[in-house]
Amino acid sequence: MKYMLIHYIDEAILNAEEDGAVHLDPAVDRELEAWDEEMEARGVLVGGGVLKAPRTSTTLRVRDGELLITDGPFAETKEQIAGYSVLECTDLDEAIEVASRHPTARFGTFELRPYLAQAQ
Amino acid sequence: MGVDAESAVAEAFQREWGRVVAALIGLTGNWDLAEECVQDAFVKAAQTWPRDGVPDRPGAWLTTVGRNHGLDRRRRESREAVWLSEAAALLLAGDDSEGVAEDEFADDRLRLIFTCCHPALSMDARVALTLRTLTGMTTAQIARAFLTSEPTMAKRLVRAKHKIREAKIPYRVPPASLLPGRLSGVLAVIYLLFNEGYAADLARRTLCVEAIQLARAVDELLPGEPEVLGLLALMCFHDARREARLDSAGELVRLEDQDRSRWDRAQIEQGSAALAMALRHGRPGPYQIQAAIASCHATATDAAQTGWVRIARFYERLTRLTASAVVELNRAVAVATADGPGVGLALVEAVVAFGELSGYHLLYATRGDLLTRLGRHTEAAESIRTALRLAESGAERRYLSRRLEETGENDS
Repeated sequence: MKYMLIHYIDEAILNAEEDGAVHLDPAVDRELEAWDEEMEARGVLVGGGVLKAPRTSTTLRVRDGELLITDGPFAETKEQIAGYSVLECTDLDEAIEVASRHPTARFGTFELRPYLAQAQ
Repeated sequence: MGVDAESAVAEAFQREWGRVVAALIGLTGNWDLAEECVQDAFVKAAQTWPRDGVPDRPGAWLTTVGRNHGLDRRRRESREAVWLSEAAALLLAGDDSEGVAEDEFADDRLRLIFTCCHPALSMDARVALTLRTLTGMTTAQIARAFLTSEPTMAKRLVRAKHKIREAKIPYRVPPASLLPGRLSGVLAVIYLLFNEGYAADLARRTLCVEAIQLARAVDELLPGEPEVLGLLALMCFHDARREARLDSAGELVRLEDQDRSRWDRAQIEQGSAALAMALRHGRPGPYQIQAAIASCHATATDAAQTGWVRIARFYERLTRLTASAVVELNRAVAVATADGPGVGLALVEAVVAFGELSGYHLLYATRGDLLTRLGRHTEAAESIRTALRLAESGAERRYLSRRLEETGENDS
């Protein structure tokens, strides 16, 4: 079963990091690498990516043929999408176990969404 | 014979519904199909048992018939890939009714309990799904018990089953590393069920009965877990008081004012037996301690003879385990009775200062009660008025109004 693990982190932290105002604790950085390595070796981490700060995002939709573009993320909330991981797990319990060991779980929030069966 | 067979079907429904649903979900992995097939099997039982006699092992008979119905249904619908895998599972399960061993049943039922109570489902969904699949209560009955409409409840059940399927919540007993947390999740669902039934009038008592039966089932399937026995004991002690809790006008009767001759002695004994068995493991937990407290009340001949010093000690242990302000408030009540209202009041004031319970009417009601006993009537009245503002149920508001009158300050 394929799941997308969506990483939500406080927008203030994401902006400050991108500004170089704060740096990720090197210990957490090492933990992140260790998680990546372990989960890849286990075969559960099959993809993912890290996004730039939410202020760089653009929201758009087409209504009645008209393109509407707005600056900023879809929802103005404190926690914003910081990145995502694609997990290939036996079931939801395994996905929860994998996600709970990611350092972001301690200061951010994760959302786990199963992929539609046919999707790649 | 006819009457015998009829009552055998009714009894099998009580005893076997959850087992057979669990076995068929285990075989097919399809919750809706499993439920439909079990319904079919009971219809067939009602038709054939009066004629052919009641089978030796009704559960195995129902599972086999349900499985065959599943095959028929799938053949009729013939939705290729879907039914192929389900039909294969059903066929692989064998054809003779003796093929379904009793312990396989047990495993499936336990899997079903843990899946229904999975933390990735909403609490409402866990409760509804547990009742529907394990106890065989109909959607309409569950809707009535939770004071909601049948379509709303049906939607809740559909959504829960959809989430299990689409997010792939595993149908299994969690591995040892996850078991303690997940088991306490199961117990929380059962206790919530019980409290829903207990807080309501006697008409919804069926929820209390189901909750007690579920706790018994979990204890049978997963023996040696002291907190399961602790919860079972706690519910037995509470449920034993059901007749005495309300007076003829439907008003709440305080524990110390209840007619103890109306308490259900047999059920208190069942509670005591479960608690004794739990404590033998030497691994105390929140449910066992709450049961121990309830046992002090249930076995005392009257309020004055109750072991308040022991109760206060139990609450102290419970506070350490749960860090709950409500528990600390209960401890204050016990201490007040054991050591005097002044000592209790000091503890209550600490809870007030802590602030977490500032919207909880019983905090101010308790404070008012202790102040009354200390003769500080003006302050007592003020506190009880705050409680009145916060109380929600009519019975509680009427009770508080009577307490306010006792302070003699009700006009000021």
